Amino acid sequence: MGSLAHAGTAMTAAFLASLVEAVEALTIVLAVATLRGWRPAGLGALAGLMLLVLIVLAFGPLLDRVPLHLLQLAIGILLLLFGMRWLRKSILRSGGVIPLHDEAMAFATGTAELREQARRHEARLDWLAALASFKAVLLEGLEVVFIVIALSTSPGLLVPASAGALAACLLVAGMGFVVQRPLARVPENTLKFAVGVMLAAFGIFWTGEGLGVAWPGADLAIVAFAALFLAVARGAVVLARRPGTTVLP
Amino acid sequence: MNTLGAALRGLVGLFVDDGALALEIVAVVALAGISKTLIPDVPLAAGAILLFGCLGVLLANVRRSRTHHIT
Repeated sequence: MGSLAHAGTAMTAAFLASLVEAVEALTIVLAVATLRGWRPAGLGALAGLMLLVLIVLAFGPLLDRVPLHLLQLAIGILLLLFGMRWLRKSILRSGGVIPLHDEAMAFATGTAELREQARRHEARLDWLAALASFKAVLLEGLEVVFIVIALSTSPGLLVPASAGALAACLLVAGMGFVVQRPLARVPENTLKFAVGVMLAAFGIFWTGEGLGVAWPGADLAIVAFAALFLAVARGAVVLARRPGTTVLP
Repeated sequence: MNTLGAALRGLVGLFVDDGALALEIVAVVALAGISKTLIPDVPLAAGAILLFGCLGVLLANVRRSRTHHIT
């Protein structure tokens, strides 16, 4: 029961987090494709994906050599930093303290930056366009890889977490290929809010395990942590709300 | 070189956005670790410090950010 809950939560967290990252990468790749065509955009994205695979192949086996408690502690702290960062930002965005992330605006900014680079370096434009695509896929892909590795700290979770991440990336790539414009309707802040809650819950669990805490209910404690983080985060949105602002998630 | 720098900055940015939040989380984890060492007979004390400490850090940070952005 606990393992099933754990696998399901890991898969959902990986899927939702990867969905956000894939949408952000797609926005840049589409900006490049719109301005310079699919060749540099596709080549840059492919090079980014290949480097990601190399990074996973190079560093993945090293993780087996790290003592389990140390790995749980390190991954737990990183998950806490990552999840709480997302949660904080989505709370502040929901409360209207900072503006929402806008994929359409990110697309316009990306296109404008490439145009400006084109003006300055006309001859190298295809190379610069491919580089922009490469950087977007590499950086957002690194986040996906980290999330999958972090959620796979206990045995048997690598497959569900990877499947969740892969499904999200394929879904976004497919939708991007079909609609050929930024997926501005994806409720990014709500997704980040949900993923922040889940990653923070996993972070508490793994950090505690790394410190030698025997959580009551074992893996099921993650569900209780997530419920607690959700309740507190909802309260924090009310706390953050500026007068006259509608609460979003 | 610029690409490598951007990749490294992006990697650090994955975990650290608001420096104070990151430091406070690390401090809570350290406090939980110390309590586990000092009171090993009550292992859940470390867990409680970790869980409620992080929730408290989140609330305090949101409150601080709100004040900072409004003023």
